[in-house]
Amino acid sequence: MSTALGEAVVVDGLTRRFGTLTAVDNVSLSIRAGELFGMLGPNGSGKTTLIRMLCGLLVPSAGTARVAGIDVGKEPDRVKEHIGYMSQAYGLYRDLTAEENLKFYGGVYGLGPELKQRVAWATERMRLGELGGRLSGVLSGGQKQRVALGCALMHRPPVLFLDEPTAGVDPAARRMFWEIIRSLTAEGVTIICTTHYMDEAERFDRLVFLSRGHVTALGTPAEVRAKYGATASLEDVFILLQDKDS
Amino acid sequence: MSPRRLRAIFVKEFTQMRRDRATLRLMLVIPVMQLLIFGYAIRMDVRNLPLAVFDQSRTQESRALVQQFEATRNFKVTQHVSSYELAQRLIDAGDAHSAIVIPEDYARAIKRMQGARVQVLVDASSPTAAQGAIAAAQMVGQRANVQMLLQRAGGQIKGDATPVDIRVRPLYNPALSSPLFIVPGIIGMILSNVLIIITALSIVREREYGTLEQLIVTPLTRTELMLGKLSPYIFVGFFQITAVLLLGHFLFHVPIQGSLLLIYATSFLFVVASLGLGLLISTLVTAQAPAMQTAFMFLLPNVLLSGFMFPREAMPTIARDIGLFLPLTYYLEILRGIILKGVGLRELWVQALALVGFAVLYFTIATLRFHKKLA
Repeated sequence: MSTALGEAVVVDGLTRRFGTLTAVDNVSLSIRAGELFGMLGPNGSGKTTLIRMLCGLLVPSAGTARVAGIDVGKEPDRVKEHIGYMSQAYGLYRDLTAEENLKFYGGVYGLGPELKQRVAWATERMRLGELGGRLSGVLSGGQKQRVALGCALMHRPPVLFLDEPTAGVDPAARRMFWEIIRSLTAEGVTIICTTHYMDEAERFDRLVFLSRGHVTALGTPAEVRAKYGATASLEDVFILLQDKDS
Repeated sequence: MSPRRLRAIFVKEFTQMRRDRATLRLMLVIPVMQLLIFGYAIRMDVRNLPLAVFDQSRTQESRALVQQFEATRNFKVTQHVSSYELAQRLIDAGDAHSAIVIPEDYARAIKRMQGARVQVLVDASSPTAAQGAIAAAQMVGQRANVQMLLQRAGGQIKGDATPVDIRVRPLYNPALSSPLFIVPGIIGMILSNVLIIITALSIVREREYGTLEQLIVTPLTRTELMLGKLSPYIFVGFFQITAVLLLGHFLFHVPIQGSLLLIYATSFLFVVASLGLGLLISTLVTAQAPAMQTAFMFLLPNVLLSGFMFPREAMPTIARDIGLFLPLTYYLEILRGIILKGVGLRELWVQALALVGFAVLYFTIATLRFHKKLA
């Protein structure tokens, strides 16, 4: 579903206003297919508004964005069929088993006869093993996270959004999660991820810093660090950019 | 509208329903319990009130009078007392509901046509029971008078005929049986209470658990979500109607005079209106506890003002007007109309139309508000 240039997401002059407030101001960037792309910024930086526009939930005030080749301003409903989204809250039904959750989301994405095979795929790839028959309410944080990831991937979306995916998950589970994420990008899935953990931001292929609706830095973690002095960590950069802006 | 997406929601909703034992019990057991409690306990017709007798006359005439009191079936003699104070104390203690005081010269006064004075003490702290007792006591007195006067009049009046002869023919429920009145009402009560609460809870829960947020980023449309979520509850509603109708028929001999099909058709309207109200409540609150409270807010007016227990004709104008805003009011008229009177749409189309109006109104507001909440 990527464009001829291999770009999964192309954002051009994207702007969203709420009354007199401009939450996202003339943002332009592009994300290659198979890239693990980070979005960073303090609360109120416009991160959430930008993601909501890319998911077809909010109509842009100006500019365009193409996700998986679809114009989000013109066909917001069709965008939803081609993206996966995993929220911090996981969005699992705790009174359904892991497998029932997978089946439900598969059905919601319109899967038919291939549903069974996709459930098997998710069980294997998300390393759920015997967890499929358990109620998701009793699973650990890391297990829930993997079930939720499976749910978001049932319909083979080319673009996947992760919102604070590892909040409240232990280190071992976190590592397993990133291994799975890496194996997905290797297959060409584009992943856009927000996080508050700067050590995690080092994993991203490229990242963008947003502040007050503007792009304040964009590039690989090394590029961003270099721009603000060789010894700077991403955390230093984050705080620096935040202070400069306020 | 995608059938696959609808099916997914529908299956999910049924699985959750099956797994939620507490709610399942609420839906399946409550109808039966309410029917038994209301059906057996609520009697508007007052029977067998304990009667204390203070008979100072001790004659054939006085005993005949007491017998006539018992013959009304409103009273049952439980005690004979030897003083007025004792009779009063029995009523004070609640051991007797009424007492009859017959004077010493009762038989003599009758013979001489001097106006025999009999006093009946009635515990009027509960007006319903008291009214039954008072009416019965007065009837006994009148009957006794008419009989005696007829005897005195001798040949001047033919047969047993009195100058004015009023004959009442109670229609639809000739035995004035309370269950006949209550059982159709229970269907309406259960449907509105259970369905409003459960719908409100089921949607608020999606919001509370964050699953609604997840559904918004899927291709699922608002209409699919609502249809898929609500339609399982239509089945629940029809199960409850059927259970109450069957139990009502076999336990309380409630006949169904009119069309069973019409009962289900109009019930469908009421179920949809109730689901709409539940949906509307779910858009007003964000957590399960307030959803429950808001739903309960409708419970009391439903019991008191819809005509479920108390006749709307007896209410002051303002209470009657409030009742006009309750879908249950119209549904009860429909149910009693079909079940007891055996009438059809020709008599009940206004009420049916009102239910359609409520359903449309609730769903319109709920959908508009639902939309805003999601954006």
